[in-house]
Amino acid sequence: MSDVVEKTLTVLPSLLSLDSQPGSAKLSSTSKLGNLIRGITELTSKHEEEKLIQHELASIKEQVSSPNTSMRQMKELMVRAIYCEMLGYEASFSYIHAIKLAQQGTALEKRVGYLAVSLFLNESHELLLLLVNTVLKDLQSTNLIEVCMALTVVSQMFPKDMIPAILPLVEEKLNHPKEIIRRKAVLALYKFYLIAPNQVQHIHNKFRKALCDKDPGVMTASLHIYFQMIQENPDGYKDLTASFVTILKQVVGGKLPMDFNYHSVPAPWLQIQLLRILSVLGKNDQSTSEIMYEVLDESLRRAEMNHNITYAILYECVKCIYAIHPKSDLLEKAAKCIGNFVLSQKINLKYLGLKALTYVVQQDPKLALQHQMTIIECLDHPDLIIKRETLELLFRITNAQNVTVIVEKMLEFLHTSKDDYTTIDLVAKVAELAEKYPSDNEWFIETMNTVFSVGGDMMQPDIPNSFLKLLSEGFDSVEEDKKLRLFAVDSYVALLQGEPGKLPQRFLQVISWVLGEYSYLREELEPATVLRLLAKLLDMKNTSSETKTWVLMAMTKLCEGGAGVSVAREVSETYSSSLDTVLRQRAQELQHLSQDSELRARVIPRDAGLEPLEVDSSLSFLDGFVSEALAAGAAPYKPPHQRQEELAQAKALSLEPYGLSLPISMSSCSIADRQSPTLLSMSSGLSGDSTDLSHKGGSTTLKLDGVRRVWGKEGYLVQREPVEEVAQVEVPSPLRSPSQQGEAESSHSQTPTPVPTPEPEQEKQQLASSLFVGLGSQSSVCLMGKSEPTPQRFRRKAKGPGSSPCASEQISNSLVSASSTVDKLLCDNLLDSNVTSELPVSSPTQTSHLSENLSTANGTCDVELTDSDIKGSNPSLVRDNGVAVAADPAPHEDPDGPKDLCLSSHLPAELAGLSHSEITPLCSSQNLDLSVCHVQKKDSLALVVFIYNSSDTDIQQILLELDSGELEVSCVCDSPVQELRSHGVAVCQYSLTVRRPSVHVEVVGIVSYLLPVGTRQSAQFSYRLPLTSFIRPLTVSTEEYGTMWLAFSNDTKQNLTLISDGQESLTATLNVLRKKLQLHVVEVIGMEGIVACQLLQDQPCLMHCRVHAGTLSAWLRSPVPDLPDCLIYYCQRALQEH
Amino acid sequence: MQFMLLFSRQGKLRLQKWYVPLSDKEKKKITRELVQTVLARKPKMCSFLEWRDLKIVYKRYASLYFCCAIEDQDNELITLEIIHRYVELLDKYFGSVCELDIIFNFEKAYFILDEFLLGGEAQETSKKNVLKAIEQADLLQEVRRRCRDASQCAGGNWTDINMLLLLLIIIIIHSPHTPSSASYSAVCS
Repeated sequence: MSDVVEKTLTVLPSLLSLDSQPGSAKLSSTSKLGNLIRGITELTSKHEEEKLIQHELASIKEQVSSPNTSMRQMKELMVRAIYCEMLGYEASFSYIHAIKLAQQGTALEKRVGYLAVSLFLNESHELLLLLVNTVLKDLQSTNLIEVCMALTVVSQMFPKDMIPAILPLVEEKLNHPKEIIRRKAVLALYKFYLIAPNQVQHIHNKFRKALCDKDPGVMTASLHIYFQMIQENPDGYKDLTASFVTILKQVVGGKLPMDFNYHSVPAPWLQIQLLRILSVLGKNDQSTSEIMYEVLDESLRRAEMNHNITYAILYECVKCIYAIHPKSDLLEKAAKCIGNFVLSQKINLKYLGLKALTYVVQQDPKLALQHQMTIIECLDHPDLIIKRETLELLFRITNAQNVTVIVEKMLEFLHTSKDDYTTIDLVAKVAELAEKYPSDNEWFIETMNTVFSVGGDMMQPDIPNSFLKLLSEGFDSVEEDKKLRLFAVDSYVALLQGEPGKLPQRFLQVISWVLGEYSYLREELEPATVLRLLAKLLDMKNTSSETKTWVLMAMTKLCEGGAGVSVAREVSETYSSSLDTVLRQRAQELQHLSQDSELRARVIPRDAGLEPLEVDSSLSFLDGFVSEALAAGAAPYKPPHQRQEELAQAKALSLEPYGLSLPISMSSCSIADRQSPTLLSMSSGLSGDSTDLSHKGGSTTLKLDGVRRVWGKEGYLVQREPVEEVAQVEVPSPLRSPSQQGEAESSHSQTPTPVPTPEPEQEKQQLASSLFVGLGSQSSVCLMGKSEPTPQRFRRKAKGPGSSPCASEQISNSLVSASSTVDKLLCDNLLDSNVTSELPVSSPTQTSHLSENLSTANGTCDVELTDSDIKGSNPSLVRDNGVAVAADPAPHEDPDGPKDLCLSSHLPAELAGLSHSEITPLCSSQNLDLSVCHVQKKDSLALVVFIYNSSDTDIQQILLELDSGELEVSCVCDSPVQELRSHGVAVCQYSLTVRRPSVHVEVVGIVSYLLPVGTRQSAQFSYRLPLTSFIRPLTVSTEEYGTMWLAFSNDTKQNLTLISDGQESLTATLNVLRKKLQLHVVEVIGMEGIVACQLLQDQPCLMHCRVHAGTLSAWLRSPVPDLPDCLIYYCQRALQEH
Repeated sequence: MQFMLLFSRQGKLRLQKWYVPLSDKEKKKITRELVQTVLARKPKMCSFLEWRDLKIVYKRYASLYFCCAIEDQDNELITLEIIHRYVELLDKYFGSVCELDIIFNFEKAYFILDEFLLGGEAQETSKKNVLKAIEQADLLQEVRRRCRDASQCAGGNWTDINMLLLLLIIIIIHSPHTPSSASYSAVCS
């Protein structure tokens, strides 16, 4: 029956409408839009067009606001308004009518209304709020087309705050019988996930259902969400790998309906999406990667047709193969693919080949060697894009030997490039290379000069900063430093004598700083000459006032002796009446200091660049001021996020009918908060809350762990990075020995550029040899952020492990004295580098320092202690009350059961009454058995270690050392255990406090002892404790709670499950938490409750709970970073276990 | 994908779709710069451009340039094919499409684009499904118009019921020819 109906009705439209063919809706020549368009095309000038459009807009405006306009006319008007907007004329008056049309129109009118809305407005537009109701209505409509339209508009834009209003409806659509609706619903959820991830957290299992949808379209759509989620948390979705592989296998095998083929390739979009997901999943994960090798191989094999779409798949395959755990035969095939791309005549493929090469050259530098001639050709390609990509590739393979040639090529490109973005990017790269591989002073300074003059004022501010830092901190030898500085001074004096007016401001600032600081090095150069040169800069018209301050600073450093003072006086007189306060201040300084040479010598000591200056970033010197202000009734400082939050709470729309209000504010602030712990600790550090500060300790100094440092105080720091497995695959053995390499390098630096020969081919060969020199040997390839297994030989070596990472905290004295601007810039710079510290690069000084740290932190783990060591150190083993307690002499057959009992009898008297944790064996060696338990005291946590001598001989010189990264371990008694009788038990007691909260804290230790035969034995152990052992209830009143709440800055929010649904669910849940985690319930009011606890010692954490929609929204705050996160973890677990 | 632009050889914008929220001023600036850059390129040059921090993929079809902006990690070639698929869709819908079709029926071109790309991601890659969705919507509006015209002529109320019936039937007709792909059950582990 349905067939008949179908057949009848498919012809229905042609009966019903005259222009039923969709394509025949061609030129509706009589329409007003048609007239408008034709009118525009007939015009000859831009001015006429403007007039016509303005006229048109005026008439549209009149009509839309007229009450007699029907919806159908409105539709027509809207289309015209869209057209006018597209031409670049504003038609904002029509926005509201577009929304109205979407609301009131039927079918097509609605469709046009929605279209107009999606074209006119963007996500943050306030009018979008008016659309919410319309969308809501349409989502509930029985008309599929209307639902489709609503979902389409929702997936393009929707106000973030209003998501809860429509979320249930969209979720519901996931079960819709029509696949088009399901697909659009999935995409709408994807959009929600992108703009407000925590709002869709609870529907993750539904995503999984979408992934299993029987319709390939819906499944494909769900992959967008999965790709996003997997990128954020690859570990959470490893279990899906096999499913993705299965899907890909089926797609590649052609199991999908023919509809999804594109140029006879099965579902290429789906394939590429899957490959991207797999590459994220397989990254650094061998076992996961192994699952996908087969399907990758098959994909490579199947994609053989000569069409763009197969190349697209191949390209993605190659990217995936290089991203996951390497497999040699796949790598080989991928390398072949890249070769085909690079050699291809099609320019698009060539480009992608180069891009792929850039990507893989980090892992396999040989590949670049194979294609060197192609690369050389591309370097002279007429298409700038190809050229640019080639330079990118060269940048990745730069080493000390080819740096001059590559930098030359880059500078060449820079001179021709007109695009600002390219210039900024390339300039930064040149500067990086020049600093990393300075072949000699002259080259370095000249390259940097070009960088400054080409990069001008667009380049990133850290380039001049790091350059100045480098100059001031110097390198290995004093002689070298002097030469470099002298060369810089000479070169700058020459520049200033030329045409300084053409130089960019940043460059002038650098010049004036260097001259101010180092021009004394050139003895024959009179300070007065320099002063005059600098004064000339001040007179130039286009010199910015910032540059002028730099110049004045430099003059302050230089004004010495007769002629200089007079120049200085003249200048300072001019500027001491300047309107710019900074300039005026500098002029004043110049005036005073030029007159009082003694004072000047004290304020600006010459060559004090290396003297460290402590910077108190916590601003603790302001504490007094702050407390005074507080006492005088000033409001306490609140960090910006907290202020915003309060503002939001006060002002935000009440979203009660739609959903949670707490999660909404969460989305606006908690994301940013959690991701930037450094920022947080900074802001709270600045809050002037002194208790806050004392808790943190570490946050008062800049955190520089893991900051990539290429240049240290002593110059270039040789990079030694953790060797990644990836790079170890098929790395060729070094072609030359390091010493030979060194020779080559030095000879190279004498003849930096190859002499061009007339034959072009030969020239290319030569260029190739200079570009790819040293590439074969792994030691000299610069791998961006990748491993560099052997240290680079370098002219300027690091001084050794003498400098600590703290060095960079100390900003050189002279820099600060020189200019507060420099100071600020440098600070910024440090902070910046702090932020971008994820790079897995660490300098040797750092590594050595780290390893020192490690060895001190973990005790001497792997090192067998020698006798002298023991004498030198202060052993921390104690006997209980100073006496080794005698154990019952009989050795046990079964060491565990009875021994446990007897061990507990050895608990120190003061702990005996308290409940202790299970006594767990720690380690046992030939003669000693160690067991441990912890005892929760009211104000501390005691760790008790039992040492049991299981041998028949006495054991001498027992030494027990404990340490922990997260804990402070202190020994309760300090008399060490010296010896232990046969089958005796010694007890050591430690008290633990938390230094840095983490979910589990671990104590590691080593015990060593002397056997009767005279040899020393040692054993290691570790003991893990939950953080809950350190949690104690905190008894506070509600008022105290309130003040504390405002003062704390680290917070976390999460929804917890309630343990029952009844009326008393909140109390019941809180009771569970109280019992299990020792929290103190401060007060329960209605559906809200406040809870407090403290981490030993005196580190409070507050929790605010609110029952909403069947869940418990918990909000935790504490002055201690990480503590809320850890605590919420335990709350979750406690409630789950319940 | 961040945005898609269609413009003519003369640099006239024919279609613009933005998938990232930008102010009108920024949009205009980007459009102007991009149109200039792309038009300045020679025909044999690479279809990909690095522009600001984005990657531009463009292709010329007759007098129209199709131009997409993607992020760095996206696949350039597949974007080129997205453009091609869109052109195929337009071609099929309008019946050998030309620039004039898009100028005069740009709202239709938008509808097709919205069915094909949603929120910057390929929504439906089956050509048949996209066109089916569009035709359904078109059909609906035609039917409604006919009905309304008829009702205006007849001056009666009967059309309301009639229209509902028609709609119902049309919805049934276009209900899914569900592709048999039970093979995905493997996923539901």
